[in-house]
Amino acid sequence: MINRDISIDFLGVHFENPFCLSSSPVGNCYEMCKKAYKAGWGGIVFKTIGPSSFKIDEVSPRFDKLDKENTSFVGFKNMEQIAEHSLEENLNDLRRLKEEFPNKVLIASIMGTDEKSWEELAKLVTDAKADMIEMNLSCPQMTSHAMGSDVGTNPELCFKYSQAVRRGSHLPILAKMTPNITDMNVVAKACLKGGADGIATINTIKSIANVDINRKVGLPIINGKSSISGYSGKAVKPIALRFITQLRNDPELKELPISGIGGIENYVDALEFILLGASTLQVTTAIMEYGYRIIDDLTNGLMHYLEDNNIKHLKDIVGIATKNIIPAENLDRDYIVYPKFDKEKCIGCGRCVISCFDGAHQALDFDKDNRKVIFNQTKCVGCHLCKLVCPVSAISNGEVVLKKGRKGSPEDKDI
Amino acid sequence: MKNAYMEEKEGLNYQTLVEETSRCLLCLDAPCSKMCPAYTDPARFIRAVRFKNLKGAAEVIRENNALGSICARVCPTERYCQKGCSRSGIDRPIDIGLIQRYITDFEQKNDMHILKCEKDNGFKVAIIGSGPAGLETACLLKMKGYQVDIYEKEKQAGGYLRNGIPEYRLPNAIVDYEIKRITDLGVKIKLNAEVGKDISFDDLKSKYDAVIVAIGYSESKSLEMFNDDKVILATTFLKECKSKQGKINVKDNVVVIGGGDVAMDVVTSLKKIGVKNVTDVVYEKLDEFLASKKELNEARENNVTIIDGYKPVEYKNGKITFESRFIDSKLVIKADLVILAVGQKMSDNHFDLPLINKGEIDIKNNYQIGESNVFAVGDITKGDKTVVYSIRRGKEVAFYVDSYLKAKGGKK
Repeated sequence: MINRDISIDFLGVHFENPFCLSSSPVGNCYEMCKKAYKAGWGGIVFKTIGPSSFKIDEVSPRFDKLDKENTSFVGFKNMEQIAEHSLEENLNDLRRLKEEFPNKVLIASIMGTDEKSWEELAKLVTDAKADMIEMNLSCPQMTSHAMGSDVGTNPELCFKYSQAVRRGSHLPILAKMTPNITDMNVVAKACLKGGADGIATINTIKSIANVDINRKVGLPIINGKSSISGYSGKAVKPIALRFITQLRNDPELKELPISGIGGIENYVDALEFILLGASTLQVTTAIMEYGYRIIDDLTNGLMHYLEDNNIKHLKDIVGIATKNIIPAENLDRDYIVYPKFDKEKCIGCGRCVISCFDGAHQALDFDKDNRKVIFNQTKCVGCHLCKLVCPVSAISNGEVVLKKGRKGSPEDKDI
Repeated sequence: MKNAYMEEKEGLNYQTLVEETSRCLLCLDAPCSKMCPAYTDPARFIRAVRFKNLKGAAEVIRENNALGSICARVCPTERYCQKGCSRSGIDRPIDIGLIQRYITDFEQKNDMHILKCEKDNGFKVAIIGSGPAGLETACLLKMKGYQVDIYEKEKQAGGYLRNGIPEYRLPNAIVDYEIKRITDLGVKIKLNAEVGKDISFDDLKSKYDAVIVAIGYSESKSLEMFNDDKVILATTFLKECKSKQGKINVKDNVVVIGGGDVAMDVVTSLKKIGVKNVTDVVYEKLDEFLASKKELNEARENNVTIIDGYKPVEYKNGKITFESRFIDSKLVIKADLVILAVGQKMSDNHFDLPLINKGEIDIKNNYQIGESNVFAVGDITKGDKTVVYSIRRGKEVAFYVDSYLKAKGGKK
């Protein structure tokens, strides 16, 4: 089995691999974290620790999932708040974990209610020997509006609280962002200005995943009612990647250290985050569904990718795809790539024909007797919806043609 | 003790239903639907399941096929809908039979009443026989507003569905449900009413505006050389076995002759009721077997000995001599019981209708017998002898009877 270096240094801390548990139910106590470390996770963001004055009182049940056809867990909804154990217990757990796993990274997630409590929590977790602090400015299901994502959308509060944490600790500080905001960059900059060193993003998206159509209430049902709360899992990956790209594309945030979060299940998801600028990665939903063991294929898959692509260090590929995401107005609009139909592979289901007519430009006809697709290039605009719906990958990129009056050569186009 | 003969094979649960339907490619101009002889439209009901609309799926099946729950169980789908399935281009066809079974079971559990009748149109129609063709025809004509009476010579309705197809493939409870759906619409079934014996055929012809003969092929053919009391017909065996729920005594060593679906039903039933040695000798070679793969596999799973390519040449006191059709080989088997499953025919009947008694009826004339008000449908007419074809012909004859009577007019 392949074994190669996938370690990375992030904010001055060495991670044996970039994969961490995110601050959530999956890192809720010593026993869980111990098992995760042993399974091979490089780091853990321990479940958010709040001030002892804030009492956690959870609902039951507290999760929901979104399905599509035969796929369960496309998305996941969570109503659980921050750690429910006492402050002492949590601090003890941190200490014990660091003692027993000195080479693993331990990140303490904290959430205060005011400047004083943020500063105090920062001191406490620093004393407990955490390697790093993550400020939870983004939990969307807190029962207090002085905490969580309500704070995370307010740049002034974020600035003040970052300053407070900076006062309380010398450790590297990550500020964890909420996606329930139009422009994350403003808040991220406020945090950095206040003293944060990097950004963790995204936290969960405010959601109602399902409504029980008989009982007329969202899920999960808690004594006949439900609430808006955080949505995560594979379905949110595109939104997370968009925020990360917007951060790293900001001239002021070019080299921004990012811990990427949002729907990571496999090494390909992980690489997408890395290529767009994340140095470390955090996972919860996939662990809730499949368990800590998913680390095996995250690390192994990443090793093979680095090996196959002859990449020495993980850091060498962080953010290298960012430059290829450009404003829509700057894209090359001079050519059309026509689809190519592989008649051997085609099984004659006709799905491309349906989608082309009903969702695109009526460029495909169907020979019903022979169940063959007939391509009418004059109507085709090269949108490739046909290629996306084909169940057997029988449609690929075909001829490249310049639009009328455009200059250049089709061969030069990087399609 | 478990009675294997009475146990229906495991169906789908909701999870496996979703899994199986999600394999469907949702084709344009779907070949499965085009290849269903009964026009049950599997593509449409599978799509309904994909979009979580189980009630809609049940409506599609029931409105297209009055015996949807029966077809789901007994149809040799490999020859029809599944033969066309585009998914075969990837791996294997969708199991349409199992999906249809789940949906029709769902319909039953939810007590859905999908079929509705138009108001009485004043015409009266008699149907002779309550097998699949008779039932489908009755249901459709009833829905169009006809008064429909079925005459059934047996003490229970269902014909070959009840008396022929074994319980493990088609439980009688399902046959009862399907018939009840039709009688609930107002179709009357007169039991123990044999035409020509209990009621005259001429009476029917004059009392009703149209008479539809749907008496089926309810009896196995025999072979001349087999003429002692150690020989019985497949239909006789299947009927007894089903009516006694598999609790019949059969000796250890049985030879079955025939390789069609009926033969498979016989040999598998024999194994399921505990017969030790079941040897099936078949005229056809394995690759030209008439039985569906599904039924052949079931026979094999039940450890039936199958010998292909042999024909019987002599029978003496339980000892049968077979000769190979292809190689220089003779085979002698001594059997306690011989069951013949070499095709079926119309059973003897007591009504004088020369055209019918000749054998297969040509349906070129829109199923009508001459110029009379008599029509024929089901296995006694030309074409495939499967339940699904009986449904198709039932639909067609209902259409022609309706056109015939509406053209004749007279009443309302």
